[in-house]
Amino acid sequence: MTITVLMFGRIAELTGAQRQTLHDIPDTNRLQQHVTQMYPDMANLTYSIAVNTVMIRENTALTDGDTIALMPPFSGG
Amino acid sequence: MNHEQHQRYSRQILLQEFGEEAQHKLLKARVLVVGAGGLGSPALQYLAAAGVGTIGIVDNDVVDISNLQRQVLFTANDIGTYKTTVARTRIVAQNPDCICIEHTVRIDNTNALDIIKDYDVVLDGTDNFSTRYMINDACVLLNKPLVFGAVLRFEGQVAVFNLADAQGIKTNYRDWFPLPPQPTEVVSCSEAGVLGVVPGIIGTMQATEVLKIITRIGTPLHNTVLTYNALHNTFYQFGVRANPNTQYPATPQEFMAFNYNWFCNIADTVPTVRADEFTQMLLQGNILVIDVREPNEQPRITEFSSINIPLRSLQTRVPTLTTQQTVVVFCQTGKRSAAAVKLLQQQFPMVNVLSLQGGIQQWLHNNK
Repeated sequence: MTITVLMFGRIAELTGAQRQTLHDIPDTNRLQQHVTQMYPDMANLTYSIAVNTVMIRENTALTDGDTIALMPPFSGG
Repeated sequence: MNHEQHQRYSRQILLQEFGEEAQHKLLKARVLVVGAGGLGSPALQYLAAAGVGTIGIVDNDVVDISNLQRQVLFTANDIGTYKTTVARTRIVAQNPDCICIEHTVRIDNTNALDIIKDYDVVLDGTDNFSTRYMINDACVLLNKPLVFGAVLRFEGQVAVFNLADAQGIKTNYRDWFPLPPQPTEVVSCSEAGVLGVVPGIIGTMQATEVLKIITRIGTPLHNTVLTYNALHNTFYQFGVRANPNTQYPATPQEFMAFNYNWFCNIADTVPTVRADEFTQMLLQGNILVIDVREPNEQPRITEFSSINIPLRSLQTRVPTLTTQQTVVVFCQTGKRSAAAVKLLQQQFPMVNVLSLQGGIQQWLHNNK
C-alpha cells in the first residue's frame, strides 16, 4: 500500500521535499515514528496532521492512496 | 447611496451575487485590521477600495526601510512615521467614504477586548504567536469572526475562525494548534525571510474573506485552512475539527490574567547584554561568543571571533562551556539568541550565558 505525504514550511526544508511517497505505513503514529527516525529534528517540531484533507488528533489507520499533510504553524505577517 | 457611490462601486454592484444590497452591508460594516505590515498593507487597501465603512488599524510601529520590500502601503518618505498615521492618510485619500480609526498601541490582553468589541470582523495580520493566540482568544470571548493569515519564506496560510458553518460548527486557532511551538523552532520573517508577494497574496485573500463574510456571498473558509506555496504554485486545503478538550480563558477576567508571553515560552527573562556592554567585554577578552544564526545568514562577522551553531542544532551539537568564561550568544535580532540562552542555561546552570540585546544588527548599527 502506498501513501503520499505532503510537507510544509520547516518540515519540507528538513526533509528536502514537498511531497514523498511511502509504502506500507499502517497508521499515522507509525508515520510519525518513521519520519522522526529519518529526520531526528522532527521530534522537536510542532505540526498538525491532516489525512485526506481532514485534520486528525488521534492515531488514524491509513489505506492505499491516502494523502497525509504535515503542517507547522507560521507566525509571520 | 448617492450618485458618486453608485459610480465608484459600479463594477462590483454589477455582479449578480453582490448587487446594491452587498454594497450597503459593506458601507455599514466595521472591520479591524491588527498589524499594518505585509498582510495588513494589501488588506487595508482592498477593504477601503471596496467601500468598507469603518476600518480600524492597530499597530504601534513606525515605517522602517526593511518594510518597503513587501509593505506596499508605505513609501520611502514615510520612514519613521507611525504606520497607522500613514495608512489612514492613504486610505482616506483612496476612498473618502471610509472612516479610518487609528489604534496606535501595542495590542495586548489588557486592551484587546476594548478595541475589538466595536468591530464586526477582525483580520489578523500580526507577526508573532503570543499576539495571535491572544487575538484568537479575544475573538472567541467576544464571538467575532477572525480572518487569520500567516506567512513564512515562500508559503502562506489563510483561515476563517469563529464563524459558524452550515452545521453551526465553529473552530478557532487553538483547535488547530492547542499549544504554540517552542521558541527554538520558530523562525520569524525578520530572521527566515519572506518573498514580498507572499504576504501580498495572503493579505489579499484575507481581505476577500472579510468581504465575503460581511456580504454573505460565496463560501467563506470557515473551519478550513488554505495554504499557498509560491515556489511550486501549489494550493492545499484541509478542514479543522473542533476540539472539545481545548481550554480557553472563559471570562474577560481570566483573559486579562492569562500570560500569553509565558504561554508561548517567550524568553523575556533571560539575562542579556547591551551592544555597548558587549563591545567592552570583547575588549576585555575571556568570553566565548556563539552565533546561533544559520550558516548562510548575512552579514558574516569578521570583527571578532565566534563559533557558529545554528539554534536548531544546539540540542544535538552542544558546545563545551566552562564557568571560567562568560558566554555571549547572538543572532540577527535577539530572539533566537534568547531561546538559545534558555537551552544553554538548562545544560550549564553554573555558566554565565548572556543574549546580545537587539542582535548583531543592533551591534553593527552601533559600531558603524
